[in-house]
Amino acid sequence: MPNLQSVQELEAFRTACQRAIDPARPCISVCAGSGCSASGAREVLQTLRQILERQGLQDTIDLKSTGCHGFCEKGPVMIAWPEGTFYNRVAVRDAAEIVASMSNGRRPVERLLYQDPVSGERVQKEEDVPFYRRQQRILFGNNGRIDPKAIEDYLRVGGYSALARVLSGGTPEQVVDSVKRAGLRGRGGAGFPTGKKWEVCRKNPARPKYIICNADEGDPGAFMDRSLLEGNPHSVLEGLIIGAYALEASEGFIYVRSEYPLAVEHLGVALAQAEEFGLLGENILGSGLNFHIRLVEGAGAFVCGEETALIASIEGRVGEPHPRPPYPAEKGLRGKPTVINNVKTWASVPVIINRGADWYASIGTAHSKGTMVFSLVGKINNTGLVEVPMGITLREMIYGIGGGVPRGKQLKAVQIGGPSGGCIPASLIDLPIDYEALTEAGSMMGSGGMVVMDEDTCMVDVARYFLEFLEDESCGKCFPCRKGTQRMREILTWISQGKGSEEDLRLLEDLAWMVRETSLCGLGQTAPNPVLTTLRYFREEYLAHVREKRCPARVCKELITYRIDPTLCDGCGACVRVCTSEAILGEKKHAHEIQNAKCLRCGACLEVCQPKAIVVT
Amino acid sequence: MPKLKINGIHVEVERGTTVLEAARFLGIEIPTLCHDDGLKPYGACRLCVVEVGAAPRSKLQSACTLPADEGMVVSTRSARVERARRLLLELYVATCPQSKTIQDLASRYGLRAVRLTPEFEDCIQCGKCVRMCAEQMMAGAIGFAYRGLHRKVISPFRAQSEVCRHCGACLYICPVCELRCHGAQPETTLCSGCLNLAPACLSYHEHAMCFLDPCAACELAGPARKDLAKSGEGIPVHGKGGT
Amino acid sequence: MTQTSGVKGLEHATSPQRENLITILQDMQANFHYLPEAKLREVADRLRVPLIQVFHVATFYSCFSLEPVGKHLVHVCLGTACHVRGAPRVLDRLLQELRLSQPGTTKDCEFTVKTVRCVGCCALAPVVRVDADTHHHLTQAKVRGLLRRYHREAPVPAAA
Repeated sequence: MPNLQSVQELEAFRTACQRAIDPARPCISVCAGSGCSASGAREVLQTLRQILERQGLQDTIDLKSTGCHGFCEKGPVMIAWPEGTFYNRVAVRDAAEIVASMSNGRRPVERLLYQDPVSGERVQKEEDVPFYRRQQRILFGNNGRIDPKAIEDYLRVGGYSALARVLSGGTPEQVVDSVKRAGLRGRGGAGFPTGKKWEVCRKNPARPKYIICNADEGDPGAFMDRSLLEGNPHSVLEGLIIGAYALEASEGFIYVRSEYPLAVEHLGVALAQAEEFGLLGENILGSGLNFHIRLVEGAGAFVCGEETALIASIEGRVGEPHPRPPYPAEKGLRGKPTVINNVKTWASVPVIINRGADWYASIGTAHSKGTMVFSLVGKINNTGLVEVPMGITLREMIYGIGGGVPRGKQLKAVQIGGPSGGCIPASLIDLPIDYEALTEAGSMMGSGGMVVMDEDTCMVDVARYFLEFLEDESCGKCFPCRKGTQRMREILTWISQGKGSEEDLRLLEDLAWMVRETSLCGLGQTAPNPVLTTLRYFREEYLAHVREKRCPARVCKELITYRIDPTLCDGCGACVRVCTSEAILGEKKHAHEIQNAKCLRCGACLEVCQPKAIVVT
Repeated sequence: MPKLKINGIHVEVERGTTVLEAARFLGIEIPTLCHDDGLKPYGACRLCVVEVGAAPRSKLQSACTLPADEGMVVSTRSARVERARRLLLELYVATCPQSKTIQDLASRYGLRAVRLTPEFEDCIQCGKCVRMCAEQMMAGAIGFAYRGLHRKVISPFRAQSEVCRHCGACLYICPVCELRCHGAQPETTLCSGCLNLAPACLSYHEHAMCFLDPCAACELAGPARKDLAKSGEGIPVHGKGGT
Repeated sequence: MTQTSGVKGLEHATSPQRENLITILQDMQANFHYLPEAKLREVADRLRVPLIQVFHVATFYSCFSLEPVGKHLVHVCLGTACHVRGAPRVLDRLLQELRLSQPGTTKDCEFTVKTVRCVGCCALAPVVRVDADTHHHLTQAKVRGLLRRYHREAPVPAAA
């Protein structure tokens, strides 16, 4: 392992790495991100390896495991190079055929190619798949190309060239200026202008200064940061090192959730490699920059995603936030100026340095520049990670990229921004996605979670769900968050049980307003957002619950009944077998009946009924 | 020496002064629950929130933790602040109706009714006892544990602390324990808001200070008793049913 | 985990020592599968942190447990995507099968059920993690079979 002592040595080594691999050489890169791994990608990889060895091809055909490609719905996915053939839903039994196709005239395995659900056409290349076609993957583009545990791969695709550029004559002020001109805003949620935050830190005379990468991605439904950390950890490190140079920080921290073991592992490997190569540590690339990064694991607290709570956690304390001001950029870790930014924000820095602030600012809208990474999940055909320019409409996301709502159901709402965000109704489908538009609509960009909901989702239930989450995760220090969310959740529970009244709606709004206005930190201040947006856009649904004691989406257990349609039931008894409360009676081959008094409305019978004879009203 | 404006009054203070201290220096009253001059500011009760900045970018922030800054514009009595205070107090009374401190604050700041069911918790987690024990008594016998709704003040592992010196400072400083409401009917969360220290409304008062919904005691034996009102002996209660 | 390991870490912990508290507790949890009272007192003593503060940290974070945990750790994801695809019902079924009224440890110490908010496999919702295995697209019908696979087996080494 070379210890690179200068920018020149880095570039020479990069060239050597690039020369070492023939671009025409066949290679199979299999996605081994958490999603595909759970679908069996590891077993596929193992089988491929075995086959290659058995056929003596291990020196002719390369096999690589990469990070998340983003199209998790179709996993396990893989790409056959050099053609760039994209295979999806690959199983162990397909391995032999894939290996064969790599040598026999390179004809792709048709049945493993992506198939357009409407036209039936097969698509060969990744970039032609509709899911990818409308994306602009400036942060995630390399995920499918590199082995996250090999720094050489990162160098091959141009990694650490931004750092080289900065250290060859750029000044810290120039770096901060670039970030400002690019218009980069914090991708963790609030969207604070990054350049401004850096400036505040720079101006402060106190020393030492610290930088922190917030990798405590806790929003349920969000896994962008995880995929970037697993798939391209060096892109984040490069951003941090550039940041250290710009802010004159000597120590950095990456605070990552312990619930992301693969990310922790890959970060550890990347850090060790960067140190070995002289890209981290003392006198980086001979520039005189001294910078060390420490990896800190979270211990299971969503609130630690809040910057002051995160800092407290690094200091060995409970994750209870402090009132701001003073902001961490003035007084943070150990009382010193500290810049905390999200994973995606740090990863954007090398991109801005390499391609220029003006280029970056040309993407997006007037006040929201660059791309945003969303995790598109829920009731959507194409679930996965999507990177798009700011300003794209919700319609394009849901239908153009997401492939619409499955099973012909109606789109009802899109929840953006996690528990701190709000529900945007289907009527606002042409809303451009940027910070301002979302805030005006009552929601929030958040860190990019986008959960699609259809007609079978009850918005009262959704609001209650998020309040339950926040009640669980509230640190409990300040009164309005601790008690206010509890009371709101209680009211929502009554409403979902048919025990609510219209006065309760008024009370709910008052409580929501108060919690938002008076809570100590961002968690409490945004906790009421799901309630406020659902009340604003889905009031009729709430009114149905309180006036008619009816749940239009047929979700709230106390307000629905399960019934067996005797004309459709074939008496197979499958439902009886799964019913834990013994609520279903009937003889074999005769129509069965559900006794409402015993029925728990758990839905187990619905899952197994073949003739679809069970009706929920 | 930052210069700031509170309720339109200009004031110059030493760097490090909080907005709460600056306001008190001017004689402006801001309600607090978790604040004590002898303890480090905590910012948990949120009752001292004030409006900082100019609309539409103004925010509510806790005055006890906010360092006074040059050019700051603060309002302690705006409509937004008053609404926030009343709603907070409504939640406080519902959580801990037996605290006279909280009842007095509620009536002082215009709370007329409590729409939430009472919980009768013994602790509002203002943290005064914990900070007192740690900062003033240097014992650290009690503290917070757990998170969210499970969070509470306890001594670790055992109910009886090994380092507790039985000084009683925690009892002394507690805003819930210090003065218990002696109202006759604790189930009615909002009492008649007696602002004096005498036991509440079981006897007839010349000048009823009740300007709220009368509690059951008043209706049974006090000024709001129906037959007394008829015969001219009772004093009509202001704002019966709320003004 | 980060640098220090086990309670040994106390000897090697470099100052400022108080900052290492959470790391030390994480190692302790990994080694002992819970945080014993005696060890916590030792940590408080060595780090010169009031016991109550150590206790607060030990009870604040979800990763820590003051009670021993079961042989198999079952994490049921209740993230938004999983919720929308029926995870609460899977949880109910799981608790029912294990005769638990709420998430916790079974009497025979075989299983500890915990709910987590988002393991980041949202595309495969509902997701349940048992030790180091991730199971996806769970339905109520699959629960019994899932539990049977792990009962009376040695636990798969957990990563965290």
